[in-house]
Amino acid sequence: MNQIIQHIEQYSFTGGQSILEMIYLFASILFVLGLKMLSHPDTARRGNLWAAFGMTIAIIGTILFHKKDGQSIGNIGWIAGGIVIGTVIGWAVAKRVKMTAMPQLVSLFNGMGGACAALISLMEFPHLHIVNGNYNAGLVVTIVLGAMIGTVSFTGSMIAFGKLNGNLGDIRNKIMRPINMLILLALLVLIVVNTFFPKFIQHEDYQTFDMTLLWVLFGLSFVYGILFVYPIGGADMPVVISLLNSFTGLAAAFGGFLYHNQAMLTGGILVGSSGTILTILMCKAMNRSLFNVIAGAFGGSTGAATNVEGNIKEITLSDAAVLLSYSQKVAIVPGYGLAVAQAQHTCHELDKALSDKGVEVIYAIHPVAGRMPGHMNVLLAEADVPYEKLVEMDDINPDISNVDVVVVVGANDVVNPAAEDDPGSPIYGMPIIKAREAKNVIVMKRGMGKGYAAIENMLFYHPKTRMLFGDAKASIQKLLEEVKNL
Amino acid sequence: MQEIFEFLYANKEMLFIIALSILLGIEVISNVPAILHTPLMSGANAIHGVVIIGAIIVMGHAESTSSLILGFLAVILGTLNVVGGFVVTDRMLEMFKKKTKKN
Repeated sequence: MNQIIQHIEQYSFTGGQSILEMIYLFASILFVLGLKMLSHPDTARRGNLWAAFGMTIAIIGTILFHKKDGQSIGNIGWIAGGIVIGTVIGWAVAKRVKMTAMPQLVSLFNGMGGACAALISLMEFPHLHIVNGNYNAGLVVTIVLGAMIGTVSFTGSMIAFGKLNGNLGDIRNKIMRPINMLILLALLVLIVVNTFFPKFIQHEDYQTFDMTLLWVLFGLSFVYGILFVYPIGGADMPVVISLLNSFTGLAAAFGGFLYHNQAMLTGGILVGSSGTILTILMCKAMNRSLFNVIAGAFGGSTGAATNVEGNIKEITLSDAAVLLSYSQKVAIVPGYGLAVAQAQHTCHELDKALSDKGVEVIYAIHPVAGRMPGHMNVLLAEADVPYEKLVEMDDINPDISNVDVVVVVGANDVVNPAAEDDPGSPIYGMPIIKAREAKNVIVMKRGMGKGYAAIENMLFYHPKTRMLFGDAKASIQKLLEEVKNL
Repeated sequence: MQEIFEFLYANKEMLFIIALSILLGIEVISNVPAILHTPLMSGANAIHGVVIIGAIIVMGHAESTSSLILGFLAVILGTLNVVGGFVVTDRMLEMFKKKTKKN
């Protein structure tokens, strides 16, 4: 009888383990398919749900079936409590946030993941097995890298959150770049020392690692994350979020390596690699190298040599309304200003009013307009602007000389001719929407402030350009009334 | 040197998974229209929330009070990443869906 019970117990043990592995396999497949489906407009929403389902079964499976040295998961109450708290907060925040605040929210959640990975490393490090001064160096590297990348991702994301949310300004200092490099170097040295020449603490009958170095590593990573993101401003913010996203993916993958957990490994690496590719695509769109972004301090050396020629010319509302109503083709170039002013609905109404008068209205979308790639698409989709009206930069540029009026709504750097003319400009080489080649340009702007990259925009001084100052939403609203009254 | 060889050999399956997953990640998101960049980034953001499994494992075997507290925190943070990430992505995509129905 005893033998039978033993047999069953043993069987149920391996059974649970193998069920769990199959769950992980299934979850990994769902992650891949979900990600794939996310890249097509028709299937995107389903893809997201599939991935979420994969995540749910992976979590439940882990709680039910995971065993370490034959021990099941304990502290179920604590775990369930944590999950409930996280779910309630996460759900509430994600449901309530305004569409304009999405980019910083993604950054915030990304930071949470990074912090989670760092905490795991912190807790696992003292548990590493040491026998007579021998230990598994591979595991040490895994844990230490997880700690570092997770922490950098956490503080970096928090800074990105603060900057996007407007809580933090830009500080650009030439010292920051060398300091960043020094810290990075120190971190690498620390990793090597921590891995190959660690100190042990001798307990009665066992040894543990000395945590001092790990704490130093945490501190430096913490500072590095801050200094890494702080000087980056301008058009680079989307790139940074995407990069930090792939960092957190890496940190998760290190966790997977540590636990021999395939779901964490595949999920983390998938995000790590696809995030990196997305980052590189974005860098390419701005003609900047990834190294340049990683080293930090973009846009520190603003070309002070820019000579401002010409004058700013304003346009009255009625003139603008007439100009627009009697055009054949109007291209609206939206930017972050549109998002801030929540002007997308009003903008769409203006576009409908003009279309009723027989004007062809399109939206010219720069890939990095706003604070995230595709930010404008999401925003305009919210306002029910049809897909066909959104034209990408590469499609509009060859045709832009046929556009009668380009209306720039709260965009700046993405139409700045300095990207083509001024080799000294920090955005030199970035592809732009060639607004100045159109027949007329109307720029809606709150004031003469500079763009996010904080550089002068010669387009505003261009002979074809006329400015319409004021809050984007209010301006468009008034313009809409004028157009309707014509 | 011996240690490195041992490590590589002991983890050979993991290394295969890593290499293939990298290629898969690159392959899967190539040809993404710019319009979906934001939701895709947000969805990927939710997927790396899989780190929560690690948090559950540490938490499940935590004994001291300090590791209980840290683990609890890790579980909350991980859940925030997962739930918040998926819900935000769904909200973004909801608007796209509404669009396709009308057209």
